[in-house]
Parts: sequence; C-alpha cells; structure tokens
Amino acid sequence: MPSLGADMEAGKLIAWKIKPGDRVKRGDIVAEVETEKADIDVEIFATGTVHELLVEPGQKVPVGTVLAKILEEGESAAPAPAVSAPAPERLRISPLAKKLAAELGVDVGLIRGTGAGGAITREDVERAAAAKPAEKPAIAPADFQAGMRRAIAAAMARSNREIPHYYLETHIDMHRALEWLQTENLKRTVKERILPAVLLIRAVIRGLKDIPELNAYWSNDRLEMKESVNVGFAISLRQGGLITPAIMNADQKNLDQLMAALSDLIVRAREGHLRSSEISEGTITITNLGDLGVETVHGVIYPPQVALVGFGRIQERPWAANGMLGVRPVLTATLAGDHRATDGRRGAQFLQALDRYLQEPEKL
Amino acid sequence: MTEDEVRNRVFEIIHRIAPEADLDRLDFNENLREALDIDSFDFLNVLVALNEKLGVNIPEADYRQVSTLKTMVEYVNKHMPSQAR
Repeated sequence: MPSLGADMEAGKLIAWKIKPGDRVKRGDIVAEVETEKADIDVEIFATGTVHELLVEPGQKVPVGTVLAKILEEGESAAPAPAVSAPAPERLRISPLAKKLAAELGVDVGLIRGTGAGGAITREDVERAAAAKPAEKPAIAPADFQAGMRRAIAAAMARSNREIPHYYLETHIDMHRALEWLQTENLKRTVKERILPAVLLIRAVIRGLKDIPELNAYWSNDRLEMKESVNVGFAISLRQGGLITPAIMNADQKNLDQLMAALSDLIVRAREGHLRSSEISEGTITITNLGDLGVETVHGVIYPPQVALVGFGRIQERPWAANGMLGVRPVLTATLAGDHRATDGRRGAQFLQALDRYLQEPEKL
Repeated sequence: MTEDEVRNRVFEIIHRIAPEADLDRLDFNENLREALDIDSFDFLNVLVALNEKLGVNIPEADYRQVSTLKTMVEYVNKHMPSQAR
C-alpha cells in the first residue's frame, strides 16, 4: 500500500486491475485504492510478471503493506521482491505505549514507530491519537466530506506543527500577460484556448529554475532538491473539498501541453481516477483561488514539500508606473516558504522572477 | 429557435458540465460563475459546448457580455448562425 500523501496511514483496496500471470511494466495501473481524500489508481514501479496477489478487494491495510508479488525477468518464485514497501515486521512497541494506545483507542497497527529499530514509542501513540479520531469507520459516500476533512486536518496539523512558515507577498501587473493571451487565444479554436492559470504555472516553473531550492523536499533534517518539477495544483472537487494532484514533469511541457495536462488532471480528479504518483510526488504546490474571488492566499505547505505559491483574483486596480497613474489588472501572488529550507531573501527573488517572467509572456 | 429554447439549451450545457450547480435557484441577472460556483475550467468548457452545439464562438474580449444567464442567452441568440437554429 503506497503512501499517497503525508497524511495517509492506510488505504482500502477496491479492485485489482491485474491477475497472477499478467505481464506488467513500470507505470501500469495495477489496482484501485480508496483513501480518505479520493479513489486512486495505483501504479506499479517494477516490470515483470504478477506472481501473487496478497490483499483482497475490500481489505483496509496500513501504508507499507505488501499488496502483491512481482517476479522480475529471470527470477524464480521463491524470494519474490515486493511491489511496494516491505511488509510491517512483528510489532515492536513498549508496554507503556501499548497501554496508552489501548486507553486512547489507537490502532497500533497503523502507527509507524520512530523509536529504536522502528519501535512504537509513547510519543508515536500520542501523535497518532492527536492526528485523528480514535473511531475511524470505512468511508461511505455519505461521510466522504468528513473523511476528506480528517485527511486534510491531519496533513495541515502536521505542516503547522513541523514547518516554520514564512510568507511573502507581491502584486503583479498582468496586463501584458493577459493581452498576449487574448491575442494568442484568438488564433485558436475555443477548445484549444489557454487559461490564465496555465501562464501562472509556467511562470512558477521558470522561477523554480532560478531558485531551485524551492522545488524540493525537507526530509531527515536536510534539503533534498528535486530535478523534475511536479506541480501540485489545488483542484476543487464536485462533492466538496480540495485535492492537489501534480502535473508530472511540468517543466518539460510548453503552454499547450500544460493546458492539456491540467485539463486532463482536473477531469480525472473529479472522476476519481488520479494516479498514485500524481498524489504522492508533487514537488511544489500552487493554490489558485482567484476563481473564488479571494484576493490573497496564505497557504499551508504540504510536507515534505518546502513551498506553496498562492494566487488570488486578478482584479483591476489603480497602478502607478513611470510617474503615471493608470488602471491595470493586478494579481496578488504569495509564497509560503519553509524557513528550514530557504530564507526570505531567496523567496523574494523567486517572486521577483515570477513577476519578470509574467512581463514577457511570449517567452513563457 | 426561440429565446426560451436557447435558454433551455444553455441550461442543458451548464447542467452537463457542472451537474452540482443548482440551476433552479439561479437568478437570471446574477453572475453565473459566482452564483453556480463555476471555475474558469468549467466556464471554458461551457464556451466549448456552446461553440460545438450552437455554433457560437465567444472570444475572450466578450466574456463580460456573457457573465449572467440573461446576457449569455441574449449573446447566443444574437450570434447563433442560421444553420444552427
């Protein structure tokens, strides 16, 4: 059971898309899994032949549980490698932690221990108890909202607890970008039009090339820079709530490809057909709440990411430039940064770069 | 096609793209996107469907002219090619 986000502790297997004997290759969809936020299509990260399915549809299992065994080319059935992380070993837990877990109604099978040799400590139990209600029934459509709120609450509580956020804000004159886009879209059919949000995504990607430490994870007390830019984009779901799947390898896409990828992502997010990598491998998040009339977004970073870029509504405002006062479409852009990973100076340089790229939309 | 028929076609299109939108409660003079909570992606899809089903191409420069249901129906009625009627 892959981890599909910092907040995920367990998932329910809905269906297998493979059977023993099937050939699979890296990236294939092999199973459908229900999490508190959404149903996810699980991809496989090995190439070979399906040897054995170890979990039955309908079973809810902790993150890290082996779901199936795959035999790689030339491999015999005996020591088959695991599809996902190794299965949890015999539970190591101190008597005190065990007693506390029983008192608090916490399922110790769902806790990842941080003590010696992966042992579950009293602190682990307390964290697990604080992160979620003790009673956590399987998700039915009726309590989907509650499940999503719990998942968001767990991730955001962890973010607020662990990440020392700093916030920066700037106003960007969007008239060049919007005029250029309007002219570009006139050359296209309605179906091929590009949304302003795509220009913003592209500008963020360009900015990250200048300030690469914002495209990174904070993991084991160190900054782990990422080569590919997988842009998590907040998408509102029909049934309520937001999910932030990633446009994978967004840095390798031009504007048309980004628009196509975003459209595809929105449709699949709303239909419940996101891929596991899109949920778990975002390297930075963009929250664009301009559609909802919000002026400024002060976002909460999704761990282990180290930055979140927020965009508000583009609105006409008085704008002074070169000694003249005019009216311009103005966007408020914010950066929420992890102070362990970067400082305000680098964050400010990122927002400057963002502004600069949006003044030259033809180069995006 | 009468104005009522155009309105019904626009309703059908919006309902298909944003099925959660409560059209019964919509005031025809309200801002469509705000009243129905339609984001820019869904709004673009409404425009794509208006183009494909009714042959009306609404350029970005005219978006303000189709911000309410009333003005959108008027716009479509005015710009719909005769073969689509």
